[in-house]
Amino acid sequence: MAGTVIPFGPQHPVLPEPLHLNLKIEDEIVISATPAFGYVHRGLEKLADIRDFRQMIQVVERVCGICSMIHALTYCQGLEALMGVEPPPRARFLRVIWSELHRLHSHLLWLGLFADAMGFESLFMQLWKVRERIMDINEATAGNRVILSVNVIGGVRRDLDTGQTGWILSELAEVDKGIKAMGRTILHDYTVQKRTRGKGVLSGKQAMEFGCVGPMLRSCGVAQDMRLLGYAAYCELDFAPVVEQDGDCYARCRVRFAELGQSIDLIRQAIGKLPTGDISVPVKGRPEGEIVARAEQPRGECLYYIKANGGKFLDRLRIRTPTFANIPALTVMLPGIELADVPVVLLSIDPCISCTER
Amino acid sequence: MTITADRIESGELCRAVAALKEQGCRFVTITCVRADSAGAEMLYHFDRELSLSHLRLTVSGDEVPSICGIYAAAFLVENEIQDHFGLCFSGLIPDYRRTLYLQGEDSPPPFRGPSGPAGGQ
Repeated sequence: MAGTVIPFGPQHPVLPEPLHLNLKIEDEIVISATPAFGYVHRGLEKLADIRDFRQMIQVVERVCGICSMIHALTYCQGLEALMGVEPPPRARFLRVIWSELHRLHSHLLWLGLFADAMGFESLFMQLWKVRERIMDINEATAGNRVILSVNVIGGVRRDLDTGQTGWILSELAEVDKGIKAMGRTILHDYTVQKRTRGKGVLSGKQAMEFGCVGPMLRSCGVAQDMRLLGYAAYCELDFAPVVEQDGDCYARCRVRFAELGQSIDLIRQAIGKLPTGDISVPVKGRPEGEIVARAEQPRGECLYYIKANGGKFLDRLRIRTPTFANIPALTVMLPGIELADVPVVLLSIDPCISCTER
Repeated sequence: MTITADRIESGELCRAVAALKEQGCRFVTITCVRADSAGAEMLYHFDRELSLSHLRLTVSGDEVPSICGIYAAAFLVENEIQDHFGLCFSGLIPDYRRTLYLQGEDSPPPFRGPSGPAGGQ
């Protein structure tokens, strides 16, 4: 059995999207892991050559469905900084509300898949039932359930009236109740703990060396969250990153679970402080120069590099998505664990291959 | 508006990156951009307590030193740049030899210009 190489993926029951790992196994223990992808690479960055900088908003929204709004937000914020545009205060708060709705539905989706991977099918369905309320809010406020298309350069294209904000708050109360009801199973069940505690451990030092981001980094004791940069209206809201210390699958699960409550709190704060006024400002001219824009997606830091020459098309658009940053850490998280634990450890990084294969 | 970046030569790259690692910087990513003149430009992004610092390297040939010996996480983005721009990273492990996205070294890199990595002469 020495040195057997097992291909894991790209098609595997635990993977909703294609990711491949070459696992070197000895006596059911992983010795080394080499990741590979590229099965569905779309080359969206190259589209900047033939789509003008305004059309590229629709392109970057489609980098990923789960965090499409935050992709567009990062891109628009980068262009706004390049063009010297200041979005109105109401738009900045609305961007926070939709961003946190995205984080909520992404984390609920992941928790459901994680539960399913461990055999908790009922929990999976209950979590996705709660998630449906978030999807309904998205549909009612943006007209779309997944790709919201609310961002424009200079603000947002949709507003919320008082009836809608009141309804969102009442829906969030139900979501909060549903999440708390499932917390006991997710965080305290014996089987969950046996499958996740001490598995796929990453230290804070390793996480920094491997460039990890988001809940991966925060579960290792590193309090880094791009929302601390204060973009949109985060600078006006009370917020502290959720941090755990153990760096294992359980810690990553705890961080994401706690961030559900944090997102609900941020939406409540944003609605409570929602200023009156315009939702966008007119934008004239074309961008010139280069900039790096960052935002916190559900899976962590997203980076956009934009270079423009004052023309209609961008010189370069580079997108570094959070999963792209988290995949290299698998090369140190997987060695030493049993083959049977690989699906749980792999899923614990919340891999988004759509983002990675932008 | 331009990004404030320390401009370095190819021979200084590894030493400069190692110094940033010593300071506790997190490796963020590398951006490769086609330059105006022959060659390409590489921007190395690092984060330290939410503050970004950048190194800018102008590449005139096809070969760039790999930094994956310093930051192992760089192997993925360096393989991506090999696929996209047709550059070659010396010391890159693992080297997918342009099979991350493409079909191998015979496939034309999509971001490569007509006569070089930058589209220059």
